[in-house]
Amino acid sequence: MIENYKNIIGERKVSELKIIAEKLKNKSILNVNSTFKGGGVAEILTKMIPIMESLGINIKWEIIKGNEEFYKVTKKFHNALHGVKEDFSQKDFEIFTETNNSNIEKIDMDKDIVFIHDPQPIGLIKAKKDNKWFWRCHIDLTNSDKRVYDFLKQFIPKYDGCVFSSPYFSKTDIEIPQYLIFPSIDPLGEKNKEIEKEFIEKVFYDFGIDIKRPIITQISRFDRLKDPVGVIKAYNMVKKHIDCQLILAGGGADDDPEGVKVYEEVLEERNNDPDIHILMLPHNDLIINALQRGSTVILQKSLKEGFGLTISEALWKEKPVIASNVGGIKYQITHKYNGLLSNSIEGTAHYIKQIIENPEYGKYLARNGKEHVKENFLITRHIKEYMLMFLTESDKDVIYF
Amino acid sequence: MSTFEFKKNIHLIKILNLKATNINELIEGLKKIPLNSVYYHTHRFLKQHQSISPEPPNDFAYWIEKALNMKKLSEIVASVNIVEFNKLWELKNKYIEVIKKNTIPYERKKKCNKNEEFVFMGCKTFIIPTGDTASNLPEFYEKLKIIESSSIYFHIFESRLRIDSQINDFQLWLNENSYSAVAEEIGKIDPYNMTVENLRRKILNIIEKHL
Repeated sequence: MIENYKNIIGERKVSELKIIAEKLKNKSILNVNSTFKGGGVAEILTKMIPIMESLGINIKWEIIKGNEEFYKVTKKFHNALHGVKEDFSQKDFEIFTETNNSNIEKIDMDKDIVFIHDPQPIGLIKAKKDNKWFWRCHIDLTNSDKRVYDFLKQFIPKYDGCVFSSPYFSKTDIEIPQYLIFPSIDPLGEKNKEIEKEFIEKVFYDFGIDIKRPIITQISRFDRLKDPVGVIKAYNMVKKHIDCQLILAGGGADDDPEGVKVYEEVLEERNNDPDIHILMLPHNDLIINALQRGSTVILQKSLKEGFGLTISEALWKEKPVIASNVGGIKYQITHKYNGLLSNSIEGTAHYIKQIIENPEYGKYLARNGKEHVKENFLITRHIKEYMLMFLTESDKDVIYF
Repeated sequence: MSTFEFKKNIHLIKILNLKATNINELIEGLKKIPLNSVYYHTHRFLKQHQSISPEPPNDFAYWIEKALNMKKLSEIVASVNIVEFNKLWELKNKYIEVIKKNTIPYERKKKCNKNEEFVFMGCKTFIIPTGDTASNLPEFYEKLKIIESSSIYFHIFESRLRIDSQINDFQLWLNENSYSAVAEEIGKIDPYNMTVENLRRKILNIIEKHL
């Protein structure tokens, strides 16, 4: 499987991965998160595990299991860590702790390396023996709710290292090693591989969208932090001057009980405009791929964003992207060089008009965007850095192979 | 004749739990950070020059300009000639000296906007073999044409600063194997003012004259 990437990253980069993987041959690695599908973490792990297996690494993936109450609590944690005001009771923290404790008994964590993803399973660290444990935090913690952060912080010192997607997400009160590892996309996955033009046209036809008129698209799950209502407002400003269409497409994640509510709010904001297409999609990467490739401009108007993988996906497809100047987005987009960064609904509308009215400018941004993703945001780079982290020794700055 | 083994480096980036919101905090941070952090903030751009992304000369200068809008100081910091320093602690002290010398106490307190703090980072370096070797100058020349740019980067920049040597790996091997004239010419290049690919071409041109 790793051989398939030679055509994209070159033979030498593939050899490099093999040399590093060789050092992990006798190690067992376990990943734990909270869902097998929906959301960026599950998506990355779905792609990454088979590639790492093809490099000869003994790697497994488990999820923690919780009831509806647990997921409601973790959703509130998620929002609060992003700075959204939420009310908490002592019971919420107890539910979180109890669910983590009960999962310790269910999951075999007797591995050389245990890699915990996001806050939901952070409490599993209680099962640590003399093996290495790492925690990946995909969330921007800078404006996090103190009560939730302080609660989660008690678990962090027991880890051997933690990983953030942006230097700005980190906290200065974390004493364990903090690594910066950007997320990534899989260029060969269903969502990003090259697809036939006819298939793209068929997808648009099936959804009743006119592929000949300009199409503005945001692919995101229905989440307030993705600001789908703000997207519709920006579209309405553009629509006064340009005959265009809007697609808001996404699915729900198993660990996100709020999705349906937000979807209903978006339907209301649509105000029966036939050119606004709200698509609650079942998990289908090929359709997402087609929607991105057939669009004129891609938006990611998030109010908060850990990283925003949909941006790298669109850039990889050489699509002009307008995204909010928040979180990890600025690592993917350099303003006016490989995309546009907006700070307001008005700004987003202004840039949409610029790109639709100046297709050459859009092409220039998109070309640079693809190169940037190739250098920095492909899954092969991501795997390499995880493997290196697993091989770190706390007292050494330089490690010779 | 000894064999030259081409290696390359890969960095795993570390976020240090240290941030700066003004010049005073930048100076204090510089005093505290480990040498791998000085290395990271002054050499990261060199690797990234390989892509088409326009990168600033170094992170300190970039932040001083973008977050604090102190263009003159940024230019002065960016102009520190790294090639003249063989030890990272000397380079670190130079930055502290230059920043102090070119600011007044009032300016040093000027804060950046929220979320624009300077985040000190560092790196762990992994040195891995490329499998390419050379036993004489013609072989060295041929391998230099095809090795990855990260290998040139390692032998020219990182090995010199990390082993506190006056000269880079290429010069060291060339000197040891009676190619001192080639080594001397390579030593005259200022590698900090060009992309790694241009550096490769320049070294190839020098060797070509001696083949």
